[in-house]
Amino acid sequence: MQKEAGREKLKEAILTAIDKNAKLSAKDLSVMLGYEEEEVAAAVAEMEADSVICGYPTLIDWDKTDRERVTALIEVKVTPQRGQGFDRIAARIYKFDEVESVYLMSGGFDLTVIIDGKSMREVANFVSGKLAPMEAVLSTATHFVLKKYKEHGITLVGEVEDERMLITP
Amino acid sequence: MRNPLSRTVTEIQPSGIRKFFDIVSEMKDAISLGVGEPDFETPWHIREEGIYSLEKGKTHYTSNAGLKELKEEICHYLKRRFNLDYRPAKEVLVTVGGSEAIDIGLRAMLDPGDEVLIPQPSYVSYLPCVTLAGGTPVVIELKAENDFKLTKQELLDAVTDRTKVLIMPFPNNPTGSIMTREELREIVEVVQEKDIFVISDEIYSELTYGSRHVSIAEFPGMKERTIVINGFSKSYAMTGWRLGYAVGPEPIIEQMIKIHQFAIMCAPTTSQYAAVEALRNGDSDVEMMCEAYDGRRRFLVKALRDMGLDCFEPFGAFYVFPGIQSTGMTSDEFANRLLAEEKLAVVPGTAFGSCGEGFLRISYAYSIENLKIALERMERFVRRHKNTAE
Repeated sequence: MQKEAGREKLKEAILTAIDKNAKLSAKDLSVMLGYEEEEVAAAVAEMEADSVICGYPTLIDWDKTDRERVTALIEVKVTPQRGQGFDRIAARIYKFDEVESVYLMSGGFDLTVIIDGKSMREVANFVSGKLAPMEAVLSTATHFVLKKYKEHGITLVGEVEDERMLITP
Repeated sequence: MRNPLSRTVTEIQPSGIRKFFDIVSEMKDAISLGVGEPDFETPWHIREEGIYSLEKGKTHYTSNAGLKELKEEICHYLKRRFNLDYRPAKEVLVTVGGSEAIDIGLRAMLDPGDEVLIPQPSYVSYLPCVTLAGGTPVVIELKAENDFKLTKQELLDAVTDRTKVLIMPFPNNPTGSIMTREELREIVEVVQEKDIFVISDEIYSELTYGSRHVSIAEFPGMKERTIVINGFSKSYAMTGWRLGYAVGPEPIIEQMIKIHQFAIMCAPTTSQYAAVEALRNGDSDVEMMCEAYDGRRRFLVKALRDMGLDCFEPFGAFYVFPGIQSTGMTSDEFANRLLAEEKLAVVPGTAFGSCGEGFLRISYAYSIENLKIALERMERFVRRHKNTAE
């Protein structure tokens, strides 16, 4: 029982640490958290197997690269289906490669769909050609992202400089 | 023309840190593990409250001892976190950083000839502040073999009939050492038996790892003879706001307020409003920062030990204090050569008292990525020079 609680504590500590920095290796984490490297590696493997950790994507500010990229947030109203609620229609939407995220929402609409496309035309084509014509979709409202200020808790604008003096008492 | 300068002031040695800073600042692309302040910015909700106070026109003096609501929040906080009981109206003074509290606490208590015991290595301002207050500083040299804690015997050996005040600098800058309840109990016995007063600088009280900080003022009979100094710089990453406080017995605080009102008037108003927000809603920020420091602390201790340096495990503040005797260099020599050869700045232990010879203060108020880069340089340097020493 105690061992189980210790394992859960370790898992939580690992998740807190890698939430903002997935580059930390099992070796780094073991030193920082005060556990054996094997224990950390096993806990990470277990969380990967249980899909608690679903991946290690990189946070990229595409605006600083040459690649054209357009992000749109689409509010979608749908008709839920008997026996399957919103899950079936959500699946039909999230399986498209263009779709970055899908959330079921409370409030004035049902699904938030976030799309990444090469151009506004590509996004428009997706909405008018794929999303809006779906039988269960009642309406869509597309909002294009103009500028990303912060993502995953990390500020994307402005230079972050260490303004502290080099030596202080 | 007559000499315009005070002899007392001119005889005070400039801070060893200042000297080293001048060298470091000449080197343009140096990286540093020499900083004594958090790398985190002040949490936004605290900054925002400061801004809001300006928008509302809170741009005037506050009462000398500080905003009533801040003093109340300080008392709630000290009760909640450290089980200390103080009355906001009579036993609290809000100061310009912990530094002012050290200065005026000493000035309120000392007469010429009074001795003040200063355990070293410790923060650079205790000794000159004692001198400026007309007292006589008496250094107690703490030892690496005791993890730089103050022992009962060391205290007994230093006490004389003239001893009036003991400064308790724990959690300690630069060693990271802390004092446990049991260790403090032994000190309390001597303090009470010899009838001396305590100035307990607890500015790092929120940054302890593995156990909660224990204040010496919590012991029965100690509140009457202790000034506790604390502040917002380290716990809430608010160094630039210059805000601290002292709590203690009414007769001492009353005299400290007198000096404060003539010298300072009041602590910065904007900072005081921001501090109210910090105490009301900042516990989770403190916890987050403390967790981050703890990971870096373990990382740094292991890395230094892997280099073959002696390094006791520090459980407080954000410093590690490794011994470098095995390299055959003095602290100054090590720090200067490390800077010249690897462009890495660390602070020689001697900046915090001559008993810091043979040690370095290394700060972990840096991201893991920065620590890794710095430690690579340090490892290279140590490897090179250990070989030549052997």
